Amino acid sequence: MSLSQAGAHREAGVPLIEALDPRTRLIAAVFLAVAIVSLNGFAAKAGALAFAVALIFMARIDPQLLMRRLAHIEGFMAVLLVLLPLTVEGRALASLGPLSISDRGLERAIHIVLTVNAAAMTALALLGALEPIRLGRAMAALGVSERFVRLVMFIARYQGIFSSEIRRQFDSMRARGFRSSLRRQAFRAYGNLAGMILVRSIERAERVDEAMRCRGFSGRFPLRRVRPMTGADARFALLATIAAIALHALDRLA
Amino acid sequence: MSAPLIAFENVCVEREGAHVLKDVSFSLAPGERLAIVGANGAGKTTLLRAMVGLQPVTAGRIVAFGRERALESDFHEVRLRAAYMFQDADDQLFCPTVVEDVAFGPLNMGLSDDEALARARVTLTSLDLAHLADRLVRRLSGGEKRMVCLAGVLAMNPDVLLLDEPTNSLDAAHVERLVDALMRLDKAMVIVSHDRPVLDTLATRALAMRDGALHPVVLHRHAHTHEHGHIHL
Repeated sequence: MSLSQAGAHREAGVPLIEALDPRTRLIAAVFLAVAIVSLNGFAAKAGALAFAVALIFMARIDPQLLMRRLAHIEGFMAVLLVLLPLTVEGRALASLGPLSISDRGLERAIHIVLTVNAAAMTALALLGALEPIRLGRAMAALGVSERFVRLVMFIARYQGIFSSEIRRQFDSMRARGFRSSLRRQAFRAYGNLAGMILVRSIERAERVDEAMRCRGFSGRFPLRRVRPMTGADARFALLATIAAIALHALDRLA
Repeated sequence: MSAPLIAFENVCVEREGAHVLKDVSFSLAPGERLAIVGANGAGKTTLLRAMVGLQPVTAGRIVAFGRERALESDFHEVRLRAAYMFQDADDQLFCPTVVEDVAFGPLNMGLSDDEALARARVTLTSLDLAHLADRLVRRLSGGEKRMVCLAGVLAMNPDVLLLDEPTNSLDAAHVERLVDALMRLDKAMVIVSHDRPVLDTLATRALAMRDGALHPVVLHRHAHTHEHGHIHL
């Protein structure tokens, strides 16, 4: 049996995407993302978004999770979306005092929204439900550098511990009457907090390294067997290739 | 008497000019459960670390499993045979899932994937932890993490267990489970702890550490009556 529960997911009633090998999902996500961001026209980008939505359905991603992830991305883009129509030169569609919304700026903003959301939803559909451990294995099996893979796995394991360390430290600051403000004194406290977290992280890393050496670790993770690909992987690879060709054909024709 | 598993001869450790261990000599016999007691900062953890080569020593000899050990490469074998359980479970458990973490030691010992996983599951089952095997480490409770750490070191089938404050921050029920599990093992142990009732149950011999030096202490068992306050729930 493999360490991950991949085998258990291969039963009937499991999302189509989940039946795929993690390597297929990883390659497909990168391939489709490149295909999507290299589209130019509006129609092709809209098509890409539709395809991404279809993938989301195939993966049966929890709508709440989808909304949460997209909200993160939209948050990043909000500034861009507000600024572009106001700053890019073009024909004014509407004006408000000294500000005017340009047609080219608005068009560019819409293009960016379509591309980013299509790419993000594709990645979420393919990789969203993949446990970090399976993602790491897939990366290792595809020849990604072992150090990078290890970094990904350690982040998965220790992210929670670091955030709870920061939270605990911050709670203890507040327990002694600290209040966030923009005063110099507060910034000094933030500086100490950041420094302390850094020092603790380094100490933690040293202890983890020692604990690993105590269990016989000598710098290399033992290699793991890779499960062979199946017909489902081939079919999905074909689907992804056809989708990418179709979108690019649409882009040329439109 | 059979040959000692691990022996220190006049071992010294200096850190920033201060003597952390001073002329420490002791030996651990097979089957013995040796308690090391002492105040905070007395050098107890340093002693355990020196036993597996994590702490370089400035003078003295360390003989483990029949050979003198000095270099990092000497200690690789020592670490596989004298399994060190860390004070903070989060330092030890670094794999995302429980079964993988327990399989880490066996994999490093050269077992194949399947053998290591099978060994991990058997070890977890022997500690009544089979239900945790596929859980994510970060979702475990503190007590569960400690038990999984024990499974991780036991999966290597070591001759010696080095336990650094094994019952720290455990509730009474988990302390009892851990002590039970340790009592059932037929292995030599070095136990560093402040938890006197636990040491009273486990230890067959005790040494006291004071300012980096070891002193023998009398360990005796007798019935006694005494008066103390305790909490009723």
